[in-house]
This record gives sequence, C-alpha cells and structure tokens, in this order.
Amino acid sequence: MSNSVEMPIAKAINAGIQKAMQKNNKVLVFGEDVAELGGVFRVTEGLLTEFGNKRVFNSPIAESGIVGTAIGLAMRGYRSVAEIQFEGFVYPAFNQIVSQLAKLTNRSEGHLSMPVVVRIPYGGGIGAVEHHSESPEAYFSHTPGLRVISPSNSNDAYWMIQQAIESNDPVIFFEPKRRYWQKGMVNLDTPPSGMHDAKVLREGTQVTLVSYGPMIPTALQAAEVAAAEGTSIEVIDLRSMSPIDFQTIINSVMKTGRLVVASEASTSFSVSAEIAAKVAELAFYHLEAPVIRVGSFDVPYPPAKLEELFLPDADRILEAVDRSLNY
Amino acid sequence: MTPQGGRVPQVQMLSPDGIFEVPAEYAEYGKYIERLNLDDFLKFYRDMARIRRFDNECTALQRQGQMGLWVQALGQEAAQIGSGYGVGPNDHMFPSYREHGVAITHGIDLMSIIKIMRGVNHGGWNPEETRFHLYAIVLATQVLHATGYAMGVNFDGLVGTGNPDVDQAVITYFGDGATAEGDVSEALLFAATTKAPLVFFCQNNQWAISSPVSAQTVVPLYLRGTGFGVPGIQVDGNDVLACYAVTAKHMDDARNGLGPSLIEALTYRVGAHTTSDDPTKYRPAEELEYWKARDPLTRFEKFLRRQGVGDDFFEEVAIAGDQLAEQIRAETFAMPNPPLENIFKHVYTDPHPLIAEQQAWLEGYEASFEEGEAE
Repeated sequence: MSNSVEMPIAKAINAGIQKAMQKNNKVLVFGEDVAELGGVFRVTEGLLTEFGNKRVFNSPIAESGIVGTAIGLAMRGYRSVAEIQFEGFVYPAFNQIVSQLAKLTNRSEGHLSMPVVVRIPYGGGIGAVEHHSESPEAYFSHTPGLRVISPSNSNDAYWMIQQAIESNDPVIFFEPKRRYWQKGMVNLDTPPSGMHDAKVLREGTQVTLVSYGPMIPTALQAAEVAAAEGTSIEVIDLRSMSPIDFQTIINSVMKTGRLVVASEASTSFSVSAEIAAKVAELAFYHLEAPVIRVGSFDVPYPPAKLEELFLPDADRILEAVDRSLNY
Repeated sequence: MTPQGGRVPQVQMLSPDGIFEVPAEYAEYGKYIERLNLDDFLKFYRDMARIRRFDNECTALQRQGQMGLWVQALGQEAAQIGSGYGVGPNDHMFPSYREHGVAITHGIDLMSIIKIMRGVNHGGWNPEETRFHLYAIVLATQVLHATGYAMGVNFDGLVGTGNPDVDQAVITYFGDGATAEGDVSEALLFAATTKAPLVFFCQNNQWAISSPVSAQTVVPLYLRGTGFGVPGIQVDGNDVLACYAVTAKHMDDARNGLGPSLIEALTYRVGAHTTSDDPTKYRPAEELEYWKARDPLTRFEKFLRRQGVGDDFFEEVAIAGDQLAEQIRAETFAMPNPPLENIFKHVYTDPHPLIAEQQAWLEGYEASFEEGEAE
C-alpha cells in the first residue's frame, strides 16, 4: 500500500524541496523573504530551521542578482532553487535568464551545466494589485535552453519540483498561486511520470481540452458541466510548456477530432498558439474543426475588479467547445 | 589628467621614465614586488609584447575577412598582464570580452579567442579546468556570476582557512562602460552582504564605444563600491608592476577572508572599441597622442633597460612575435568550419525531444541535396 497524505499545493512544493535538500546538500534555497518568513506564500516555511542559513537565505531585493548569483553558484556545483516573489517581478532578471542561464551550457560547449530552478508564482484570480497576476510563461517557453513546467495539483507539485531540482538544465517552475491552498493527495513513494509528460486527467470522446497550471480545475469543471449536458470532453493537463508533449495531445485529437486549448495567458503568441499551430501541422486530417484557443485578452492585466471578465472561466471554455462542435 | 577632472590617489610604481619607486603609503603593495626577480619581469614584458602582437595580427586578419570582428585591447596590456599574474593558482577569473591578456597569463589557447570572433563557436574552453571563465558579451552579466561563484567558495569553506594552498578567491573584469549596468551595483551589494572573496577589477579605458567615461560616472570609479561597503583603490593601469602588486594584495585579502574590494585600473583604449568602430569620429587626436606617450610597453622597456636588460632580449621578443603571427595566421587559415551537429549540441545537458527532432530534420534536408547532386 502506498504512503499517501493530503496536502495543499504550497505545502507539497515545500515538502518536495525539503526532500531534495535532504537528498543533496548542494541544493540551496534563496530569494526575497524566503528564510524566516518562509516566502510571502510560505512555500519555503521551515526550511531555514532544518537546513540553516548557509542553505536557506534571504537575497537582497534584486532579481537580476538572484538569478545571476544562482548561475555562479551552479558553476561552483550548487543547485539553486531561486524564488522570484511574483511573476511581475521577474523582468529585472530576464537578461540573466534568457542571455545567460539559458545559453551558458551551449556557450561552453557542454562544459557547464545549469541546474537552476527559478520558482515563479504566476496567474491571477487573487484580487491583487498590478504585476501580481500575470501569466508570462510564453516568454520563457520561447527561449531555447530553458525548460518550463507548471504543476496543477499537489501530487505533481511534490514530484515535479523534485524532478526540476534534479534536472541538469535550468527549469522555470511556474506555481499556480491561486491554487496554492487547493488540497490533494500526495503519493510519497512513486512519482507520477516525468516532468515533461502531459497527462490525460479525464477521458472523453468528443472534444480534447488541453490546459495547464491554474486553469486545470476550471477545465475539469467545464468537462463536468458538459458531461451533464451530454458532451464528452477529454481533459489533458499539459504540465510542461517547454518541451510540449505533443504525442499525448495528438493521440487524443486522433480520437476526438476536436481541440480547445485554454490558459490564463494573453491569447496571441501564447503556448496555446504553439499547440494550435503544431497540431494543425501534425494532425490536420484528424481535425473536424479548427483548433480554438481560450485565453485572456491581449491587454495589460486589468484592475482586480475586472479580472473575472478578463480570465477565462468554465463558461468561456464551454462556449469554445460549442463552437468546435458546431463547426 | 583624469576624466573626472582632478587628481585622485593612485598606486603607481613605475614613472613614465621607467624609474621604480614605491611611495611610503603604498609600502604594503611594494612588498609584492620585492618577491619578484628579473625572470618574472622578463615574463611580464614577453606577455605584454605577445598579446600586443596577437592583437595587431588579429586586426589584420579581420581586415582580410578572416574574422567577423576583432576586439582590440591595445594600451591595456599592463592592466591585463599585471593583474593576470596577480591571480593565484586556485583562483577563478570572470572576464568580459577584451581580456586576451589575462587569458594568456592562465594558459588559454589564443586560437580559442580567434574561434569566437571568427564565428566558429561562442567560447569552447573549459572554465572549471582553466579557471578562466567564458567571455561575456552582454556587459556586466559576468560580474554577478563571479559573485555567485565567490559565494560558493565561501560555502565550501575555502576562505581564510590559514592554508594558502587551499584558499581561493575570485576576480571579475569589467570596463568603465559596464559600471553603468545595474548588475555591477547588484554584484557589489551581494558581495558585500555575503563577504564574498571577490575582487572587482575595473579597467577604466575611458571610452565605452563612443561615450567618454564622464557619461558613465561623475564620481571616480574606484569609489563606486564605497556606498555598498566595498572599499576601492585606483591603480595606474599602464604600470604593470603596480597592477600586479595591487591585484596580488587584494586577492590575498579576499582569500584571507577580508571580503570584496574594487580596483580601478586607469588606462586607455588606444584602439577602437572593435574593428567595426571609428574613433576618429568622436575622439580628439591630442588625447590619443597623450596616452600613446604613456604606452605601458615603452614604460616597462625603460624599466628593464635600467635593470641592465639589453637589445638581445628585445630582439628575441620581436622574433617570437613574428613567429606567433605566422603561427596564428596559418592556424586561422586552416581552421575548419564547425559541423552541422554543433547547432544542436549542448543546448541542454539532458536529452530534449524537440532538439533531436529538428536536428534529424535538418540532416535529412541537407542530405536530400547531396542525393540530388549525385543524380
């Protein structure tokens, strides 16, 4: 019998980091307010007490410095888990991530590996002020040299953070912040699958619905409502935005003939756009309708009182499902 | 004559006429010269001459289309050779992209630098093995990497152990232009708060492409670290002995656990920013003449001749330069283009499906032309 416990996503990430730090004393945790406070979302709570201030420490409030020093530490053999407090604060580090972290293995012709995890809480729906609700995953997914993943549930959170820390490549680890307190069972013995594998969460026959991160509960809710109305939706959790597990998507589309891709990100030039393009290329003759993207609008993230209109919800997903079915 | 408009305290040991004298207030640096002998001095001169000859030959090769670009270090030989030899055998160096002189003091094959500028690779030497890290093209990025590396040295417990055979320090090179980048300020702060064993070595060559140093700072650069808690000192960047002594002393201090410091080597970019640049459009000719008269090699030659070194040595150095030039020309002409698979190699350390797929596609596409030609 497997050893399972229930915990929220934030706690699962915490437990995953703790396990990785116990296994490998080269794993470090740093970022803004991660030590005594445990981070503004308490994801690193308790790590300072267990591992001490040489392995868990607060950085100055300087994101480029956080990632830049993580790179230097990687060169020295350390595996850093660097926290960016909110996704809207990552841009001062963009140069170090895109031009250095992503490229140093290539620049050094393989002499250097960059085992750095950059943890970024992302996504909206929390009633926050500006710069605390965005979905910037496409910037990073577009950058060769990075791996970009996002868990949607506690079990994945626990295992994927450990897989990210074990990766010899840089991983941008997007955490669905509005789901931090969503509880789920964690199997402490067996990992679900590799961190880049997409997963069919709910089987269906008429439409494939691909989503990831904070939109997964919304997608599952849409599938539930549709089922009550007699429509069978297959829900796939992408889990990895770079690389994308297209085989799992194609296998589903070959069965359903229809694809809707949903995420919180602005729709144009998004991860969803890449999926639409690639599926059209690889499975054109299996499609009964165009691939439809459900996302937010191509505008800056609005003030919190408007975010319900901005973010896709289950109804907006179902509207797209109907369009696909009626095409 | 400093760009800041006044005289600042500066460590100088060699007068422009090559007379060696250490002012009393810099006696702690003077001790480092007392440990050197004539062979060391000759080595310094040989390397300064070697890197200058290399530099001029590379400019010629670029003009002949053998390289896309050449980045000259003319005039900065003393700052680079002097400080390079001040770096200890366990220490690590994080250069910008103009540190050819530092590179040769730690055994980097000069052809590796030509490879970068010719477009063969982006810098393929092994940074951990050579301790000379890769060239960084985006200004100041390497300064943060050096800081992280030095923090790691601290975590490894290899600072201030009292055993000079195991203690380590890190030095990072950057220019006056790079000091304007936020990464330098962040690095100074991270280094200060973590007491990292790190020396910030700023070669102030007074020009950032076409912008004078007055566009980058209104306070002398050796003071840049003060507000962060990183003490600084200015050294005559055209005085190889002063550059050696100051670097060696500050690296010792870092290794011994005294924390980070900043050295500003005041020198001059005699050449262009790169071969794509034309300094006659923005730089007064008199300024160039002023600094050419303060040439670091000429000054050191005067010193050596005062030590009794004669024509035969300088002739030997000139012949070695001719041989080097001939060798790098031959090796550059013979350098093969990199193979197709290098596009896809080492993008990731672990296997990646998309990269494998795209490589297979390009190989198939290229092969289709070969078949066509055979028909």
